Order: sequence, then C-alpha cells, then structure tokens
Amino acid sequence: MPGSLEALFRDVAPAVEFCSLRRVHRRSEGVAVRRGHLHPPRSSEDLGAMVTVIDRGGLGYAATSDLSRSGLAAAAGRARDWAHDTAGRAVMDFGDLARDTASGRYESPVEKPWDAVPLGDRIGIVRDEAERLKSGDEIVDWGASLYHEDEETLLLTTDGMRIEQRFQVLVPGLNATANRGTESQTRSLAGGALCRQGGLEVLDQIGFREAAPRISEQALELLDAPNCPEGELDLLLAPDQMYIQIHESIGHPIELDRILGDERNYAGTSFVTLDMFGHYSYGSELLNITFDPTRPGQLASYAFDDEGRPAERQFLIRDGVLLRPLGGAVSQARAGVEGVANSRATSWNRPPIDRMANLNLEPADATLEDLVSQVDDGVYMESNRSWSIDDSRNKFQFGCEWGRRIRGGALAEVVRNPNYRGVSATFWRSLAGVGDAGSLQVMGTPTCGKGEPNQAIRVGHASPPCLFRGVRVFGGA
Amino acid sequence: MSVQDYFRDVAAELGSLLRGDEVFTCSFAGEDSDFVRFNRGAIRQAGSVSQRSLGIDLIEGRRHVGGRVSLVGHLDEDRATLARAVERFREMRAHVPEDPLLSYAQDVKSTEHEAENHLPSSERVLDDAAAAGREHDLVGIYAAGGTYAGFANSLGQHNWDRRYSYNFDWSFYRTADRAAKASYAGFDWDTAEFQLRVDAASDQLEHLGRTPRTIEPGRYRVFLAPAALLEIFEMLSWGGFGLRAHRTKTTPLLRMIEGEERLHPSVSIRENTRDGVAPAFQDAGFLRPAEVPLITGGEHAGTLVSPRSALEYGEPTNGANGAEAPLSVELAPGNLSRDRVLDELGTGIYISNLWYLNFSDRSACRTTGMTRFATFWVENGVLDAPLSVMRFDETIFRMLGENLIGLAEDRELLMDPGTYDRRSTHSARLPGALVDEFTLTL
Repeated sequence: MPGSLEALFRDVAPAVEFCSLRRVHRRSEGVAVRRGHLHPPRSSEDLGAMVTVIDRGGLGYAATSDLSRSGLAAAAGRARDWAHDTAGRAVMDFGDLARDTASGRYESPVEKPWDAVPLGDRIGIVRDEAERLKSGDEIVDWGASLYHEDEETLLLTTDGMRIEQRFQVLVPGLNATANRGTESQTRSLAGGALCRQGGLEVLDQIGFREAAPRISEQALELLDAPNCPEGELDLLLAPDQMYIQIHESIGHPIELDRILGDERNYAGTSFVTLDMFGHYSYGSELLNITFDPTRPGQLASYAFDDEGRPAERQFLIRDGVLLRPLGGAVSQARAGVEGVANSRATSWNRPPIDRMANLNLEPADATLEDLVSQVDDGVYMESNRSWSIDDSRNKFQFGCEWGRRIRGGALAEVVRNPNYRGVSATFWRSLAGVGDAGSLQVMGTPTCGKGEPNQAIRVGHASPPCLFRGVRVFGGA
Repeated sequence: MSVQDYFRDVAAELGSLLRGDEVFTCSFAGEDSDFVRFNRGAIRQAGSVSQRSLGIDLIEGRRHVGGRVSLVGHLDEDRATLARAVERFREMRAHVPEDPLLSYAQDVKSTEHEAENHLPSSERVLDDAAAAGREHDLVGIYAAGGTYAGFANSLGQHNWDRRYSYNFDWSFYRTADRAAKASYAGFDWDTAEFQLRVDAASDQLEHLGRTPRTIEPGRYRVFLAPAALLEIFEMLSWGGFGLRAHRTKTTPLLRMIEGEERLHPSVSIRENTRDGVAPAFQDAGFLRPAEVPLITGGEHAGTLVSPRSALEYGEPTNGANGAEAPLSVELAPGNLSRDRVLDELGTGIYISNLWYLNFSDRSACRTTGMTRFATFWVENGVLDAPLSVMRFDETIFRMLGENLIGLAEDRELLMDPGTYDRRSTHSARLPGALVDEFTLTL
C-alpha cells in the first residue's frame, strides 16, 4: 500500500508551492473484564490520510478516509482551495516557513509482540487479574483491561521527504472500588498512567501481575482510613501523581501555541510569556525538565514530528530556569523563538499542533526513604484521581487515590481523599527534594485533550518522587 | 448515490457475508465537515474532514466480537475491508466464551431523519467572521457540515439520521484571561442573528474593560449562567445518572440514592431525546424514549440503562449508550425572570463560565473547578467590576440543594461544540441558577 500511495500522491498533488500527504493506519484491540464478565473484544482499524497544501502564502488541509485515486484527488483539490481562500487572512505567510527534507524511519521497541500471544491467552491474562481484584464482599466494582495500538504513519512531501514510523502501544488497567454505606473508595494501577510503547513485555516492566492484591487491599483499607488532614504541610508526591503535576503545570503552560493565543477559546492561555524564556525562575534549582522523544519505550517517543522535523532531546528547564518552549516549526516561526519538534496530530483527520510528546523531570540523588526522612510533618500521596487547573495554568488542585501521613521522618497511617492545591508560578519553587534514577518511573497518558477541532493524543512523562515544602493539603467533605 | 443508500448497500453486503446462524449489528458514523480556526481575527488553520466508519458486532448464539473499520465510501472499494473485518471477528470469536450480557434489538423498528442542507458557503462565514474579527481579538472555531449516523442489523432494522449543522464557538478577548465567550449554532446561518451575538459579546467586553477587582476566598452569593451550569451538569453526567454507576456505588449521587441527601425541590432533570439533536437510536439498535426523568422535585427518579446493564441488573433498557451519560439533558426552568437576575443577586458574583471541573470527593459529590472568561462582581444589583479567575470547591448537594435560591425562567439550548473524533451531537437545555454560600478557595 505505501508504495502505491506514493505513486498516487505524485499523480494527485496539485501544482502548488508545497503539498504533503500524511497517512495513518491504526489497528487497535481491547480486552476487558469487569465484575467477572468479559466485554466482547473489540478489534478496530482506522485508515485515512490528510493532504496539506501551502500556496500563495495560505495553508489548507483536507482529510479523507477515501484513499482511492478520486478520493485523494478531491482532498488535494479541497486543500488547495482552502490554501487560496485563507491566503492573506492567515496568522502568518506560510510560504515563509522553512521546510525540512530529511527522510527516515522509526519503530517502537517490541520484545513480545501482541499478536504472538493468542487472543485466548490475552483474555486469560486479563481474567486472572480481574479475579484477584475481588478480595471481599466490600469490593463492589472491579475490572482489568489491556488495550493495544499498532499505528503506522507515512509522511510524503513534494520536497521529496519520506518518513515512516510505527508505534506500538500498550495501555494496561486495573481498578477496584470498595464500598461501605455512603463511602466508596477506588484504587487503580497507578491511576492509569502505566502505559508505554512496546508489546506484552510492558506487563513485566510495570509489575502488572503482582498489582491486583495490593490494589484491592488498599481500596478496602481506605474505607477505614481517616480523611487527609487540612493545613500547610510538606508534600511528598509519588511518580504516578508527579506525572500529571508536570503535565498540567509545566507542560501546558510552556506550549508555544497557547502562549501565542491559539488555544484561548478552548484549552486556554498561559501565565508564561515569550519574554520569560532564558531567565525566568520556574522552580528551585532542583527542577530539570527535558523534552525527550528519544527515550526507548516511553509513550510518545518518535524520530520525527508530524511535520517531518527531526526530534531530539532538549532541556526546557535547567536548574530551575525556563529555557525554551514546546513549540513546533509554525509556532517557532510566528514567535521568533527556538522550540522543539513537537507538531503532532492525533490521527489522519486532525492537523498537527504543538503537543508535549515526552516531558520528563530529571532525577537527582535521593532515594524515596531519603525524601521521607526529610519530612517532619507531611503527607505522601499516590495515584492521581482528580485534576483541575485554570486556563492560564496557574491555580491548580489535584486529588489522589491514596495517602499516608509522614511524621518525624517516617511513614505513618493511611489517609483517604488526599487533595492539595497551589499556584504553578510559585509551587515549583517549593521543590525541596528529587528522587534518584532508581525511583524514577516512566508513565504517560493516552488522552491529552487540546485543539480546535479537538484532539486527544499520547504523551509521556517520567519522574521520580518529589518533595515540596508548605503546600495546602486537605481531605474530603 | 446518497450516503443513506450507500449505508443500505453496506448493510446488505454485511448480510451476504454471514454464515449459518450468524447475526450482525452495525452502526455507521460519517461526516463531511469544514473547520476554520481563528486567532486574533486571523485564520490559524482551515480545512475539511470527510470520514466514514462502521462499527460491527458479529454474533453467533451468545458469542460475539466487534470493532470499527474506516470506509472509503464506495461499496466497490469497501467490500474487501468488510470481508476482512468479518473474517477477523469470526476467527477471534472462536476464543471468546458466551456473553451473558449480550443484548441487541430484536424488535425491528426502523426510523429515518433526513434534514435538508441549508448551510452557508464557507466564504460567507469567513466574511462575517472577518468583520467581527476586525473590531475585536477573536479566537475560536467554525465547524460546519453534514453528519450521518445509521444503524442496521441482519434482522432488517434500518435507522438513519442525517443533519447539516454549524457551530461557531468563539471568544472576544479583552486582555490576558478576560474574554466574552459566545457561540452561534444551528442549521440556517443568518448574518443578522450572528451580528446580534457579536453585539452582545461586545457589550460584555466593555464591562471587562473596567478596573478588575480582587476578592478573598470565602463564601459568596453567585449567579451561574447556563453555560456555567452546563459544566456542573457534565460532572453530574459522569456517573450521576447511569444504572451501572448507581449499582456499583461509584455514582457521585451515592448519598442521594442512599437517602442521605436530596436536591432542592425545584430541581427536575431529564434526558429529553425528543428536543435534542442526537440520533434517537443507539449502537445495539435500541430506540431512546422521548424522555427519561432522572431527578424529579429534587429526588432521584430514574437512570439511564444501557442494554448490557439491563441484563446485568435486571431492569429494562431505555436506549442509553455504553457510558450511560445523557446526550440531551435538560433542567426544568424556575421563575427568576431575566431582568431580575442582578437584583436578586444583589451583591455577589455573576459567573458566565466555569472550567476544568473535577471531583474533590466523589462520594460526597464535591466538585472543584475554575471561573473562566467573564466573571463580574455585582454590587447592589449592578455589574461593578470584572474578577480574576477563582477556584471553587463545593458539593452539588449544597449548590443545587439547600443553597439554591432559584432557577431562571429562561433556558438556553447549548449545542456541544466538541469535536473529539467527530462532531458531537450532544446538547443541553438549562436555565441559570442563583446560589448562596458558594465556596471559593483560591
């Protein structure tokens, strides 16, 4: 198919300054067991292409699931018409955009391919773990699931670029809800954040087969636990909460399209402004944030973004200082600043916009035990369950599934409904401890939402546990 | 060939692929949409999306496997795709046990809704938007075109829904995070009506230009405009109204169904399919009733029941989707007239929009979120000054229960501008709500 598609593209590309075709073929399968019932497995196949045209300074796109000659020709014509209709009315002259021409390939590392294990065995894995979650009468809802995607993309341009990438992704899930009267508490597998590129070997990497008893036991434990106390306390966050703290209060605020205002009607704007890059103190000196699409197996690793820019690791925040934004080629040209290769689309039917890819907090040298020992009066929180932040990405509130008090440098009793709130612009300056490489966990989310039209995309976050001083924490109603 | 005729052919082709006692159900989704995205009155991205896909469930006895496949839109090109999918599902089915919760419509009830296309040309909309963008910092998206939904099965049922609609969802920005949010959605574009909405947003923008006021966290009397209340309803819809969430005790309305809490007697909520814009059928072929009462007079009245939950919990289905969330929710109006809203508010906060809600304590139906766009301090019934964004943290039982002062007599039809995967057909019809002791925390 890719070979014949290249010939078709040559045939249908209109006589314009620039034309590209981006084809996405995604095969997915989901297996889930809930309350002892197997949901019918779903095996889906999504295929289509987007044609993009730059001409007379305008840019237009047309996406279609009709990959026949007539379908692609119609899309190319429509994209050309949009380019002409928008010329002179657009946010920039797209003819001024510098273009890359390097070709290349990328493929997710896979040790145990999804298809190498028969469907019956995949169902067996899920069913076994689901059964282990039902550990007592007070467990009222429980489930296990595996979701796999195998996505092949091909990017062709009239400049001669040819980029092929193949992403294989595994999203495992475990959850158990315990109930007594009007109190229900849910524990899950890291809040759903243990998703990675790869095959079934990911299950071994994340301890999928060992997790169910602990999840179930902790859900029951929470029914008897007191509410998280309220006050300004030290806060130790596990990696499965840190990933979303990084995502919401560092990743989104430094997206260049937000800073330029593109997202103000939907996902929001940013408290970060262009003049901050290079000197703004985003956090304490312990804060080091990288854009790293090169990390093997992380959820949003790739070699090229969806506009064909080669991807490489970059420090965005170093020793607490904000250095560069998350902005792709179009945003960089509009803003006049250096960014990264992060122009990505959720599929063939949406145009690329600035996204996070892998955004990681670099480890330091403390073990988890070291971090606990540094807390005289505080709370340890694990597994995100609630997230909310303002449209400038400043005033946030997060909630976790499970917490423990810390007193005198040691972990104490379990607490339920642990929540905390703060302000991004000051929160990261209270970062007082960062875990070491051994405590770092590689996580991500498959559904980061943004853009008009809307797009949900895979992003990765790796982080060790981190300690913050003097944070407002509180419990449930 | 019309899209509906094409879908009939696709269903017939699927029928020809069946073996023995096999049964299929299938659900068609398609759109031909234009999307024009604006920032600062200029075009950021413009393009079109044409897509067709088919969800298939291949059933034999109580064993079944399914999935969704993209379609070209011409049967000659799609035959091989359909045959491959059926063969794949058949092979997978051999590994699957019987499903005790399998349920699909077996009473054949065919329906058809085919709207005419009265959409404007994209050039006309671009001209109107350009005129609005010359005066203001306009940011947002125009989405328009045909959307298609269908259901068919091998028992002979055929349901079809075709609509042509537009949704221009935009903001006029004054500065930083202060903006007037507006939308114009429907089926026939009227430049004069669009201008009225532009003018209304422009008026609000004037108020946003006043010196902003800062307030301390605390409890305040607030008026939640319909768009703000919609965000509260979206939280309620996340497990609040589904049978599965009720029976598994994961509903945020747990304390209501256990008899500990109730809402204000003026709160009556129902799923109103009759007056919504979502198709009246679902993926297993069940039709939705015209309405389903969910909360009546402040008390739990009913739930949305998917076919699987119906079998799991022994209640009849009412055509809910798998998520058991409302698609066309409405709240009964109150008696607070539009011109009395500010007087009744007195001194407090007028909240146009809320944003990014989540649960602080799901079991207690306690939610948090932010004010967004236009929020005003009101002093003695007069808009006084814009407020910076504030975080709230409040239980819906208090907000729409003991602290609800009244609901507006006018309601707004709010068409969902959402476009994840495809253009949404969800809508809501809500009044504004006057609420006392609304807790702001940050």
